[in-house]
Amino acid sequence: MSTSVLSRPEGSTRSYPAYSRPLWRRVLFTREFAVIALLVAVIFYSNNNVPNFDGPLTFYYLFLDIAPILLIALPMTLVIITGEIDLSVASVVGLSSVLVAQLHVEAGLSIPVAGLIAILVGAVCGAFNGFLVAYVGLPSLAVTIGTLALYRGIAVGLLGTKAVTDFPEKWTDLAKERIVEGHAYPMILIPFVVLAIAFVLLLHFSPFGRGVFEIGLNDEAAHFTGVNVQRTKFLLFVLAGAVSAFAGIYYTLRFGSARGDNATGLELQVIAAVLLGGVSIFGGRGAIHGVIAGVILIGVISSAMRLESYTVNKINIVIGTLLVLSVISTSFLGWAKDLWSRRGRGSGPSSSEKNGQHRQAVAADESTNER
Amino acid sequence: MPGTAPEAAPSWALELRDVAKSFGAVVALRSGSLAVAPGSIHALVGENGAGKSTLVKIVAGVHRRDSGVVRLHGNDVDFGSTAESKSAGVAVIYQEPTLFPDLSVTENIFMGRQPVGRSRRIDRAAMYAEATGLFQRLGVAIDPRRPARGLSIADQQIIEIAKAISLDASVLVMDEPTAALSGVEVDRLFAVARSLRDEGRALVFISHRFDEVFALCDTVTVMRDGEYVSTDAVAETSVEQIVSRMVGREVAELFPKTPAEIGDVVLDVAGLSSTGTFHDISFNVRAGEIVGLAGLVGAGRSEIARAVFGVDGYDAGTVHLGGVAVPPQKPRAAIKAGMAFVPEDRRKQGLVTESSVARNVAGVIRGRLTHAGLLTSADENRAAGPWAGRLEVKTSALDMTATTMSGGNQQKVVLAKWLSTEPQLLIIDEPTRGIDVGTKAEVHRLLSDLAGEGLAILMISSELPEVLGMADRVIVVCEGRITAELSRADATPETVMHAATASVSHAVPASTQEVTA
Repeated sequence: MSTSVLSRPEGSTRSYPAYSRPLWRRVLFTREFAVIALLVAVIFYSNNNVPNFDGPLTFYYLFLDIAPILLIALPMTLVIITGEIDLSVASVVGLSSVLVAQLHVEAGLSIPVAGLIAILVGAVCGAFNGFLVAYVGLPSLAVTIGTLALYRGIAVGLLGTKAVTDFPEKWTDLAKERIVEGHAYPMILIPFVVLAIAFVLLLHFSPFGRGVFEIGLNDEAAHFTGVNVQRTKFLLFVLAGAVSAFAGIYYTLRFGSARGDNATGLELQVIAAVLLGGVSIFGGRGAIHGVIAGVILIGVISSAMRLESYTVNKINIVIGTLLVLSVISTSFLGWAKDLWSRRGRGSGPSSSEKNGQHRQAVAADESTNER
Repeated sequence: MPGTAPEAAPSWALELRDVAKSFGAVVALRSGSLAVAPGSIHALVGENGAGKSTLVKIVAGVHRRDSGVVRLHGNDVDFGSTAESKSAGVAVIYQEPTLFPDLSVTENIFMGRQPVGRSRRIDRAAMYAEATGLFQRLGVAIDPRRPARGLSIADQQIIEIAKAISLDASVLVMDEPTAALSGVEVDRLFAVARSLRDEGRALVFISHRFDEVFALCDTVTVMRDGEYVSTDAVAETSVEQIVSRMVGREVAELFPKTPAEIGDVVLDVAGLSSTGTFHDISFNVRAGEIVGLAGLVGAGRSEIARAVFGVDGYDAGTVHLGGVAVPPQKPRAAIKAGMAFVPEDRRKQGLVTESSVARNVAGVIRGRLTHAGLLTSADENRAAGPWAGRLEVKTSALDMTATTMSGGNQQKVVLAKWLSTEPQLLIIDEPTRGIDVGTKAEVHRLLSDLAGEGLAILMISSELPEVLGMADRVIVVCEGRITAELSRADATPETVMHAATASVSHAVPASTQEVTA
């Protein structure tokens, strides 16, 4: 750029504040914060009202159970923010579970080597999804419904209907071990926290992450701005495959059992938690901290209700209702915000803005019709 | 002559008088007047944006007029929907008809009003018989049972016309019907049009091709800037006269391109071709120079620009920037080489309207703003703020989204985004479309200043005064080919319009031919 002809502006005529709202409003008035607040409220209520909820085992088992969802929700968040979806993740969990068993028991490989190969295969599964979606241009919903069946079929085909259970105790114990003896946090939270930090940096603090949001909001404009839309989507599907495979290894060791039908239906739990955490199914909106809160919220509600001896069906009804409400709240919040701004600023500026927008829309309509 | 409406007569099939239509603050039609006699083919001509399409849409019931009079056979009408205009006997045939591709030709003709026999079942036999009759009357050979998918545009138009006749439309409006037709197809369409005229129907024919206007029509109405200009019998006028009326206005001093020192060649495009879109496009742009790409809407100008920048591919040819080859279909590489591209459609392509001003402005350069690979909002704000300030973007804060901004303000955000990359070449497609007059002048002054600083600018514009006022050199594109390259001195409204409607190239004045030869 040494030959650039344009001077960087210095002492420009106008300067702008960085933010239109004070910090507390930017933090508090978000969907993510609403989920976190609800999570804190539910934990507080359960601690006081649900017997044994504050016991030492509740959160230990809670984390053990939701760890696969927590892990897969990270790449799934990015995939959904680009406006795509990956339904094949649970099948990759199953495939990876079977692969670890076969490579360890049949081929005699050590668990770390078998696990590494399983993660590689998971990445390849994701790459296949990503290739079809990003480069061939097929809709991800259709592609991953197909690979959901395909990968699950391969998993069951490799192992049949039997289960492999002879894993070394050293590894199955590690999967259930606590970080600090006597505390509620199991070992699996260490790789999760590492991955979560990596995904936060990738999504919220990197040029790549800005591209992810732009693709979700307007992929054509992203393309015109030089974002490599295809490569971005491809990489996200690869990440989803690899992380799902890792979750599969954990799942196998935590239950000490590898089966072809492991984690069936997990993909819907992951997507439900991601959406509850404030990610828009239409893409372009969402944040990792909201998603993590969403996953934990679902986990806390289920374990609290289980301690109160509610049946799984009733738990599902509550979580389903919560999801529907969260979807409705988005449009309700939009409506309320609109009302608020109209009342706050009077009818003048707001209505002229509306006009401006309408004019733009009409002008755009005009120009396209002109051809 | 300009400004006077045609004389009133009781016998007009379609009559519009001082019809006006605005969209918000944008006036699309100031005072449109048109009077079409039954048994006549009436041409409606004018530049891009002269208000022809708006006028047609008011007649068709797509838009509702703000003021003025519309009469059909002497009766005042006010269509609120296309269904109303259809039942009143007005049919509009668009350039690209929209048929249901999987239904048969006959089903398309009778869509929504299928004849029913006993027990309310659709009487297919009656439908096919009537469709066959219609095609015989029009003298065309189309199988009424075949699906509409795969029909040529010409055949699709014939089906629209058949639909209009079956509705017994007394007024047919054809909006640029010949744009996508071959010579033989045009002849067939003309034969059909003449037979409809002889049946006593009134036809309005919109076209950019003067030879067709003169071959087919008996009367011609000229529009300019949303206003009625003149109506003449075709026999009593000439191409030159009509062209001068279409463009006849002063080039306002709204476009203050100051002379800049013209430097070396920055962009060199050679032999660029893309099948069906543009052919053998070669030109260059020098530092400090504004090159205008003129032509009618749909001539392929935007497609050329998109190919040069790499958002679209091309089949043959090369693009060099500053002597270095730019690979095809790689916008990133083009940006790296020093290209900036402000696209035609701001809201869809230019910026992410739901994203903040800071993120939009820093959108291209954000890769350079990182510290150890990490990017924070503070980095973006620091980089974006000064550029937003230099372009005087109107926003209360950098985290406001561009959703509710005016077109002019959005354009400033797009320009800030691209200028922050410190480019050598700026490609700008329709720089002032949908922008108010004040901001328009600002954009023009900015482009002029940028050229003065040595930036090479390739400007696509459908507004002739803008091209003539701003460009040091005008390249005219017609139907995917360069038909003229005019120096600032040679570029007049007439020479550009003649080259842009290349089918009348035989009538191009000597001065243009010297330049192109």
